Amino acid sequence: MHLTDNNWLLSAAVFVPLLGALVVMAVPKAYEREIKVVALLTALATAGIGVALLSLFDYGNAQKLQFFTDRSWIPVIHARYIMGLDGLGLPLLILSMVIVVLVIVYSWDHIPEPGNPKAFLALILILEVGMNGTFVAQDLILFFVFFEVVLLPMYFMIGVWGGEQRQYAAIKFFLYTLFGSALMLLGFLALFFKTGAESFSIEYLAAHSSSIVHSTQLWIFGGLFMGFAIKVPMFPFHTWLPDAHTQAPTQGSVILAAILLKLGTFGFVRIAIPVLPGAATTWAPWIALLAVIGIIYGALACLAQTDMKRLIAFSSVAHMGFVMLGISTLTSFGINAAMFGMVAHGLITGMLFFIAGSVKERYHTLEIRRLGGLLKQAPHLGWILGFCAMASLGLPGLAGFWGEFPAILSSYQPAKGLPVETFRTFMVVAAIGTVLAASYLLWLFQRTAFGEPSEEFSHHHISDMHAPEWIAWTPLLAAIVVLGLLPNLLFKVLDPAIVHTTLSAFKG
Amino acid sequence: MWFLENAWLIPVIPSVGFAVILLFGRRLPLKGSEVGLASMLASLVLSVGAAAQWIHRVPSGEAYVGPVIRQWTWWQIGGEKFTIGTHIDGLAVTLLFVVALISTLVQLYSIEYLRGDRRYTHFFAALTLFSAGMLCMVAAESTIEFILGWEIMGLCSFMLIGHWWEDGANSRAALKAFLTVRCGDVGLLVGISMMFWGAHSFSIQKINEWAMSGTGSKTLLLWGAVALFIACIGKSGQFPLHTWLPDAMAGPTPVSSLLHSSTMVVAGVYLVARFYPVFYQGFHIADGGINLVCLIGGITVVIAAAVAFVQNDIKKVLAYSTVSQLGYMVMGLGVGAWTPAVFHIFTHAFFKACLFLGAGSVSHSGSHHSFDMKKDMGGLARKMPVTAATFIVSTLALAGIFPLAGFWSKDAILAAAGDHGYRLFMVVGLVGAFLTAAYMARCVYLTFFGQARGAAAGLHAHDQAEVGAGGSEHEEEPVVVHVGAGSHAVADAHDAQAGHDDHGAAGPHESNWLLTLPLVVLSFGAAFAGLLNAEGFHIDNFTRWVQPRIAEGVAAFPKIEPTTFKWGDAMLSVAIAAVGLVVGFLVCRAVYERDLAKDLTKRNRLAGIGYGFLWNKYYLDVLYEKVVVAAVSGPISNAAYWVNQHVIDGFVNAVGVGGREAGDWVYRNVDQRAIDGTVSGVALGVEGSGSLLRRLQTGKVQQYGALLFAAAAIGALVLVIVV
Amino acid sequence: MLVNEFLLLGAFLFSTGVYGVLVRRNAVLVLMSVELILNAVNINLVAFALRDGGVEGQVFALFVIAVAAAEVGVGLALVLLIYRNRRSIALDELSQMKG
Repeated sequence: MHLTDNNWLLSAAVFVPLLGALVVMAVPKAYEREIKVVALLTALATAGIGVALLSLFDYGNAQKLQFFTDRSWIPVIHARYIMGLDGLGLPLLILSMVIVVLVIVYSWDHIPEPGNPKAFLALILILEVGMNGTFVAQDLILFFVFFEVVLLPMYFMIGVWGGEQRQYAAIKFFLYTLFGSALMLLGFLALFFKTGAESFSIEYLAAHSSSIVHSTQLWIFGGLFMGFAIKVPMFPFHTWLPDAHTQAPTQGSVILAAILLKLGTFGFVRIAIPVLPGAATTWAPWIALLAVIGIIYGALACLAQTDMKRLIAFSSVAHMGFVMLGISTLTSFGINAAMFGMVAHGLITGMLFFIAGSVKERYHTLEIRRLGGLLKQAPHLGWILGFCAMASLGLPGLAGFWGEFPAILSSYQPAKGLPVETFRTFMVVAAIGTVLAASYLLWLFQRTAFGEPSEEFSHHHISDMHAPEWIAWTPLLAAIVVLGLLPNLLFKVLDPAIVHTTLSAFKG
Repeated sequence: MWFLENAWLIPVIPSVGFAVILLFGRRLPLKGSEVGLASMLASLVLSVGAAAQWIHRVPSGEAYVGPVIRQWTWWQIGGEKFTIGTHIDGLAVTLLFVVALISTLVQLYSIEYLRGDRRYTHFFAALTLFSAGMLCMVAAESTIEFILGWEIMGLCSFMLIGHWWEDGANSRAALKAFLTVRCGDVGLLVGISMMFWGAHSFSIQKINEWAMSGTGSKTLLLWGAVALFIACIGKSGQFPLHTWLPDAMAGPTPVSSLLHSSTMVVAGVYLVARFYPVFYQGFHIADGGINLVCLIGGITVVIAAAVAFVQNDIKKVLAYSTVSQLGYMVMGLGVGAWTPAVFHIFTHAFFKACLFLGAGSVSHSGSHHSFDMKKDMGGLARKMPVTAATFIVSTLALAGIFPLAGFWSKDAILAAAGDHGYRLFMVVGLVGAFLTAAYMARCVYLTFFGQARGAAAGLHAHDQAEVGAGGSEHEEEPVVVHVGAGSHAVADAHDAQAGHDDHGAAGPHESNWLLTLPLVVLSFGAAFAGLLNAEGFHIDNFTRWVQPRIAEGVAAFPKIEPTTFKWGDAMLSVAIAAVGLVVGFLVCRAVYERDLAKDLTKRNRLAGIGYGFLWNKYYLDVLYEKVVVAAVSGPISNAAYWVNQHVIDGFVNAVGVGGREAGDWVYRNVDQRAIDGTVSGVALGVEGSGSLLRRLQTGKVQQYGALLFAAAAIGALVLVIVV
Repeated sequence: MLVNEFLLLGAFLFSTGVYGVLVRRNAVLVLMSVELILNAVNINLVAFALRDGGVEGQVFALFVIAVAAAEVGVGLALVLLIYRNRRSIALDELSQMKG
């Protein structure tokens, strides 16, 4: 069933950043350049492992867990150290590695107030440990550990290097997400006990979950739902996101948007749906309802924003609405769309936050009212903003389209057992959501990039993009185009895994 | 067969051209325009080749000829593979040729027209990408590919309309265009999804076969058709989503000529034509009477024509004319006149593109970059003979005068309307023909005849050529409210450093060959293209080449009875058009030369209201911009955000505050009072009992002894009694 | 042999002794009462020895006499010391060990 047993490659992918973090912490604070070099080398090394994974991956068997390892870990509670990589985890793992490299490159001369690159970069590396681990863990306790590991570094990133209301935003993020995780842990424990207290392995639980009574399944799913939904974030559990994004430093926002939000949706696809298909069917219409509300509501809130970063934050709520809609249809179209959408959103919104950070750096403000004429003062930056706006609204030919359209398509014909008329209504509402997406993105672009520069800044010298920005952003931009034109690069990998793992209980 | 099988090159070459221009354009000697022109020429050659081979493939008679389809795997889901490829048949070949030809001519035209422009290279990049997008859509084999081309066109339209984005009015017009079409695109996404689930395929051929097969659910076909038609309404400027088209005139004239008259706006019509079985079956077009398609088309024909009468900006007149003609095409499709409608696409491209380029030529060399007919034009026929001649030829073609192109195509639509049981729409079409002739007469008169005014008279009014000038106020205007920024006559905002060298103090003159050559080519098309399907002379080449054939078991198109040409009806429509031209001309002379209608709208209340209603475009823009958009971007979104901050986040914050308060309360009451109290209480209790017991310690021996004795006595008693 | 009279005598002497220990204020009198108690116990012991014919009772009585004598000696020594310190041997005045 599994290819290559007892393989250390995945553990390396997860823990090499930790080693790097330790080395960074050992270097004295004053040697800033050395610290940056070490951090970058660590990230590149991890990315190198990613490349190795990509080349050793058996694409013909994307549905099987590869680089598998299963060792004893905490025997008293039957928690084992199980790691494996299949078509579901591969794209997100690679995305995580790539984003961290690019964030560290961007940080070369962009360490925010109050400085201290040593702590900052060490935190980023620890974040990577958590992110990589979540995508490869196959045991619920292991998953939980990595899921929680990302909370503390992000809390510090926001709380120390953030904006004016960083304390409020950091603690809100931390407590809200932790609250969800607590309920999720309850769910995990319930799964463990209700299947005979044998194992926390996801495979095992998926195979044996049918022995759980349906009403209990619903409650367990509810617990998992809370944990993941807060992370996604789904309406109405999303209010931590705008504050966290607005107050976080650029690098924090990028990592938060590009990867951390995916932990929630990934949790649905990896754990909640395969293990509890019956409960998923009952919950699905409600999840779809919240998702669709999120699409419209997020877009409306975007239109009301006056701060660029907050607007992009709310757009994340709207985009994740499409992802969750796709997931809630419980069909191969929908979940493929969702997974593709996760990667696309990571690339595109990550780029948007990078741009916002650069705008903030140059203009020292993100208030849309005060910005304008970016295309005149920094044309390259302006056109990239336009490109990302087009990508974000789902223009075909760019990556975002493949996250949106199949989700809408799948809503017409959801899985058996789901209310068809309801989902078709959701389909139309989601399609209307694309109009709203276009409107807030293009309106933002019009106000910030078109026109003449505002009075305030017309005499300032605004520099256009420089080297670290070009190096950090070009791979993302290229990926957005390539994935848009050649979607099969991802679908080839995702599709088998989704059909055989997530939807194995939904035949037909 | 080579051209037909390698038709994929036709959209790919311009895409490569786009990339080249984007990356290297600025460094090239002609700043990228040479790459654009070359790639379009290549596409044109390939399209002509494809057309020739297709014509060769299609014999006369009724024998079945299927489309040439090539497919490659593009993506997969659920184990199923989905394709990208080309689907070449008569319809595709027609549009490929039209798009490639007009694109090439417009590129040539733009070299001179935009000389010195601040974003010259950008312009050509966007123009080339647009052509690539539309060619992709036309040749598309799968519906996803169709969407790809469709949206790329929308992107390029956005970039090109907002080409001079320094001016807010232009960027607003670009946004308006994109967002209005996007509203229609909701229908596209929903419709294509429905078609997929009906036919279980994204392949256009399979969807058409499924629609004709009769196995599809009637409801699905109907609602799918409605959804797809909504997309058509948006893209092809049909009522009620037509308001973006006139505002799109803010873009440079070559853009208006290419995108917003002959090619992009036809995409919606192409959508209906391409998926005709879906519409034919879904709306039961064969039954006659009335259906959504012809209704919307008919309404559009009339209302756009009416508004064209009150425009002073020549481009706006042409824009409304385009909307009206698109209405004809849609109406044609709605009454079952498929081939006439497609033929009208073909002929309309020639004369409408010619008209727009002519307007551009006038503005470039005649009215000093102004498009205001009332202020800056007049009497230009003598100064710009080529432009005037081509313009007039195209006008006659548009009006439908025998034997020019427009006559054959428009008349065929009207005849089919009558034949298929849509007599009401035949009348609508005739009314529209009259109106068309009349407003075009007005347009020609104001531009080329009569007294020269303003810049046409050699007065360089720089302030008039200013960006977004409010130069549209004039004496006849009643007391009404101006609506929308883009409704003003927007002059071509040329840079200060643009080529003023060729004007000097020469006043209006004929344009450069780069501008007039395309005009001449197009006017030839306007004159003679109609003869491809001159049914009165028993020529039906176009029908033979383009109308899909049906065979036993391979039906991807409905069986439509051909309409016989009746000279009597045809001459009637020509007469109506001619009358319209003459009446228009005479009225113009009366109103403008001899001021017979001075202050008519002020004197006559009814005229005033009618004029106001038309001037404000039926207040639709008020509805859309001031009500819908303002509400959504203002109160509604603010309300959503208020809910977010105060209700949802208020709840979260309240939870946080509540948690802290609860913690305080628990600490104060439970921890300090209850638990700690218990602890202290225990201590007090012990102390209390201790002090009670202490009283026994009197220190007196005798008492201790007494206690001992008592205890012993009791013990002994117990012992004796119990034991 | 009838033993009842001896037991009654012993009980009477015992009660008197107990009364004396508990009620009398004078320390010497208390000691005397303690002697009464002890001797009452002796009579008891001897009476039962007489009835049963063994000598255990009598031997035990000899032990008690010896212990009583020692105890009186120590007790009177204590009383003398108390008198020297407090000029009084009233027992109800000795309450320094009060808790």
